[in-house]
Amino acid sequence: MSDALNFHFDVDGENFTSAGHASVKVKKILRELGLDPETIRKVSIAMYEGEINMVIHAGGGEADVSVDDKGVTIVLKDSGPGIADIEKAMEEGFSTAQENIRSLGFGAGMGLPNMKRYSDEMNIESEVGKGTTITMKVYF
Amino acid sequence: MTPGVTRVKVSELIEKAGFGAVTLPDAEREIKGAYAGDLLSWVMGRAKADDAWITIMSNINVVAVASLADVACVVLAEDVELDAEIKKTALEKGINIISSGKPIYETALEIGRYL
Repeated sequence: MSDALNFHFDVDGENFTSAGHASVKVKKILRELGLDPETIRKVSIAMYEGEINMVIHAGGGEADVSVDDKGVTIVLKDSGPGIADIEKAMEEGFSTAQENIRSLGFGAGMGLPNMKRYSDEMNIESEVGKGTTITMKVYF
Repeated sequence: MTPGVTRVKVSELIEKAGFGAVTLPDAEREIKGAYAGDLLSWVMGRAKADDAWITIMSNINVVAVASLADVACVVLAEDVELDAEIKKTALEKGINIISSGKPIYETALEIGRYL
């Protein structure tokens, strides 16, 4: 793989039950590319958590995934409310999700921590009222 | 086989433990461990690939989490039922789902006998 392979997805913010659609597609693509199962698992979980966050908090957004000879890069971009205190948001157990989200099994305050856990590098750019862009890299 | 790790196939677990089959697209898959929990992000953070995941959650996101976390099967405790639409999605995504009539704790004990 000398050239990077790029994939773009729109994440629908209206339909919570279809959240994870992009991550499941990416998982399938990475399998077809023959990547090792642990890399696929890390990318899938990190991206799914990000996708869920975009649906819960930001009304959807866009996901771009690229694969090159070094690893997988995931860029999640939304125009949501932004994260006021990133350090706080990174704490396990801290959540601003509503009760209806919690009843579905989400909103445990583990999303961002899991994204960090499963990516080798993670960068968050966020501005309150403007939106959030998260870049995650998983190396081979 | 890694020393100290016992593996049991999903189909064998059903037979030995008297569990029910809900969806079995990959019945020969081996289970290497188990994890119990209902908070989906918690499960994704803690469960390992090839675990049997015991839960009472029954919404569609369970199928996505099982697929992305790459667990060997979902074990629905307390005979929790799934909608037909969710079963269909699980079959499409190759997710094994089995059911136990017992609560989570007893279900975990039962699975522990075979791991």
